[in-house]
Order: sequence, then C-alpha cells, then structure tokens
Amino acid sequence: MPATYLVSIVILGITIVPLLFVFLDGASSNQQLGSNSIGLPHPWVWSNYGSILTTAPFWQFLGNSALIAVVATTLAVVLGSMAAFALSRYDFRGREFYYTLFITGLLFPIVIAALPLFALLQDLGLLDSWLGVALPEAAFALPITMLILRPFMRAIPGDLEDAALVDGAGRLRFFVQILIPLCKPALVTVSLLAFVTSWNQFLLPLLVFTTQSNFTLPVGVSVYQSTYSSNTALILAFTMLAAAPALAVFVFAERYLVAGAAGAVKG
Amino acid sequence: MELSILLSPGLILFLLFVLGPIAVGIYYSLYNWDGYGPVTDFVGLKNYTFAFKSDEFVTAILHTLLLTGLALVLQGPLALGTALLLNRKFFGRGFMRLVIFAPYVLPPAVTAVMWSLLLQPDGFVDQVLRAVGLGGEVQFWLANQHVVLYTNFVVLTWQYLGFGIVLLLAGLQGIPVELKEAAAIDGANAWEITRRIVLPLLGPTMRIWVFITVIGSLQVFDIIWLMTQGGPAGASDSMATYMYRTGFQNQAFGYGTAVSIIMFVFCLAFCLAYQRFALRRDTAGALTRAVV
Repeated sequence: MPATYLVSIVILGITIVPLLFVFLDGASSNQQLGSNSIGLPHPWVWSNYGSILTTAPFWQFLGNSALIAVVATTLAVVLGSMAAFALSRYDFRGREFYYTLFITGLLFPIVIAALPLFALLQDLGLLDSWLGVALPEAAFALPITMLILRPFMRAIPGDLEDAALVDGAGRLRFFVQILIPLCKPALVTVSLLAFVTSWNQFLLPLLVFTTQSNFTLPVGVSVYQSTYSSNTALILAFTMLAAAPALAVFVFAERYLVAGAAGAVKG
Repeated sequence: MELSILLSPGLILFLLFVLGPIAVGIYYSLYNWDGYGPVTDFVGLKNYTFAFKSDEFVTAILHTLLLTGLALVLQGPLALGTALLLNRKFFGRGFMRLVIFAPYVLPPAVTAVMWSLLLQPDGFVDQVLRAVGLGGEVQFWLANQHVVLYTNFVVLTWQYLGFGIVLLLAGLQGIPVELKEAAAIDGANAWEITRRIVLPLLGPTMRIWVFITVIGSLQVFDIIWLMTQGGPAGASDSMATYMYRTGFQNQAFGYGTAVSIIMFVFCLAFCLAYQRFALRRDTAGALTRAVV
C-alpha cells in the first residue's frame, strides 16, 4: 500500500507540476521568469491572460478548431455507422473485403499520406479551407470507427431485427430507430476518439492553411510562439488557455476514452 | 440499392482521402516534382536510392528506430509496473487515473510549445535542477546535439506514458478476480499470482500497446518539429520531420513522397512481422488479423 501512494505522488508531481507552473508562470512578469520561475508570481500579472482573452486570434483559433472537429466527427460517425450497419447486418459478396479495406486504413496514418494529400487538396481547390482539413480527418477516422462499431452492431441479436421486420418496419427504420439507440455507448466512444484526434491534429492544418485567421488551435499555438518569442510569460499563458478546452472536456469524457482504449483491445 | 446507399458515402470518402493519396503518392515518388504544375520529370527509383544514400535520412531512420526502441524498453516496463501498483482499491484511485491520462489528451503541439519554454536555458527545468542541487547537470536541452534526441524522448514519454498505463489498467480490470482467489487458496503468493496468472492474461493488452506504440513512434512528428525542428543540424530528426522539411519546405515534393512511402514500408513490415510472430495466437488480435 505505501508503494501505491508513493508512486501516485511521484506521478502526480511529474504530471501536474509542469502544468501548474505553465499556469503560474503565465501570470508572472518576464523579469521574474528570468531569475525565479519556480516561485509564486510576484507580482501577479493577469494582463497576459486578459489580453489573450480579449483579442481575436485565440477565439478565432478556438472557433476554427471546434468547427473542423464537429464536422469531421459528425461525418465520420454518420457515414461510419451507415457503412458499419451495411457490413454487419447484410449478407453480400465482398462484405469481408470491404471491411478489410476499411481496417487497412489503420496502417495509413495522416503523417504518411500528408504530402500526396496536399497535392489532392490543391487539385480539389480545398487548400486554405476548413473543408480541406475536416474531410480528410473524417476519412482517416473511419477505420477505427468501423473497428469499434461493426462488432458492436453484430452482437445485437438478430431476433430483434426479425421482430422489427415482422412488425412492418423496414431495415432502414430498424437501423435508425432501434439499432442506433442501442449502439449509443459505442457511438459516444467513436465520437470522442474522432473529436480528440481532430482537435489535436497538427500536420494537416499546418499544410493546408496559409491565412492566419483560418488556423486551428495547435497551429495557432506554434505561430504564437514564433511571433512573440521574446515574451515567454505571454506564450505560456496562451499555451495554458490552449490546453484548457482539452482538459475540461477530458474530465467529463475520461471514462468513455478509456472504454475506447479497452474496446480496441477486445477488438 | 439500400446497401449501396448505406455503404458508398463512407467508402467514397475513404477511397478518396485515405487510399487515393497513398496510391498517387507511389506515382509522385517516381518523379522529380516541386508540388506545383505538371508532373513530367520521370526519374524512376532515383528518389529512393538518393534517400538511402543520404546521411541525413539514414540518421533520421536510426533516430526513429532508437526512439521506438526506447519507448518499448523504458515506457513498457514503467507503464506495466505503475499499472500493477495502481490496480487495487485505494483512496483517490479514480482521481489518479484521471491525472495519469491527462497529458495524453493535450494537443501534442501544446505539449511541445509548453516544454520548449520550460526547457529553455535558465528556464523552469534548469531552475528546478539548481534548486535541488543538480545544477551541474544543466544542459542546453534543446541545443546540445548529444542531448536533444533524449530530451525529445522524455517529453514524448510525458505525453504518452499515461495512455499505456490506462490501457494496461483496463486490461487488468478485465482479469476475473476468481482466478486470483483460486490461486491464493492453492497457496500462491502475490508474486506468483502476478507472474503466472496476471501477466499471461495481460498478454493481448500488452501486445496491442506494443503495436500502437511502434506505429505511433515510426511517424512521430508534432512534438519534435515544434521543439527542435529536427535540429540542431539534424540531431533530432525523425523520418517524419525529415519528410516535411525536404518535401514541403524545400519543395522537393516527389522526393518527400518517396520518403513517406519508405515510412509506410516500415509500418507495413512491422505489421506483417508482428502479425506473424506475436499476434497470431491472440484471439483478441482482431485488429491486425483483419489488416493482414
């Protein structure tokens, strides 16, 4: 037991302390940071946080990130569950081939596809547009969505479907009104995975966007760092605010994300 | 009809944005092309031979393999040990799990910017080291060629270790208590139970962790790029940072795609080998069984 608490305290220290000091140093003056960044701010300088929250870039980056993540997630989950329904509850030639094709996507991370993807988006006229980020992100979220949804949908008893059909509901109606509500836990998990992946994505928006007002939060943070490189406290404050939404959502979503990780294990 | 309405939208999106670019990438990689205008200058496999003759790229490959190896050898046992210690009921367990997992959900770009500030000369990390009497160990963490790759590894570990711990914890909680109780009744001690029952049953989870970690490490980009851009002088280059710098920044687009195809071959080779030698016996290996 003492070992458990000792390990807990060490982990707590390593994980929380850096974040805590990013917050505190963001409220310090740069003069203080040069000599003493491990004490409490003296004096407290709230103007860093204030100026970031009252000017446009932070909110623009936040809005862009949110728009892209919502669209990518919606597309991935809607199209993914439709395809998973087709591949789990219809019998047809090539069913396993299509499923394997989707799952193969797990081998193609966005980083590997990035350069040709850039060329494709250029041809489609989607460079410097939020759709140019959201559409590929949705596509790359499909494999894991299928991997989690298909076994889940398969596990739902066929009797239920037969009963619905006997009662005169079509298969599509069974899908929308019965299967989807039953799949809610799995749908929450795949939505969160897609959302977090999109929210954290860095390389794709870095390639696609050239106009600063289109940047997502991760790209915005990096640009902010190079723009204000001499003002450490200000960048720290910005970093803290950029981390805040992910941490806030995470507190509510943790158990679903863990379930997602465990679900990937069970396959 | 009904079937194609359900299946096609997802399939088209997938083919267009996932498989399409990879296929077209193989084509681009055979050309000398700057990413704009017509693709005409066919050079065959020259991009590939050039890559393997380039010291810079070979170094980037070695760095990537080193980071992958370090992740397996250091993060693996660390995550497993921590998960075993935390897998019991104690006050604050839910909170601990939350805290451990937190760095994993931060955008890597945020992690990278945050740590590059904490690690700057005379910054937070240096001041902490001096305060605890380790001032002699202070380095130019991000500028010393001999240190920089390991600095990146530590930050990567900070971000991703929690994922391993939480994954293994989930696996541990899937092991029926009855098995452990039965062994205890038969006179097995805690170590024997762990060694003979818990670890073997945790096998599938550990193998999935290895799979996810290797695929992630082979394409590591965000954190290294934002902390050091692969520098100084390529000392922290990974395959992906090298690909971005040559292919996109230096506009050797065809060459950069050749580099991404090489990265892909690394991933594929690992998957095939791993499937053949490690995952085959897992009933839970659905992930890679479907892939390969």
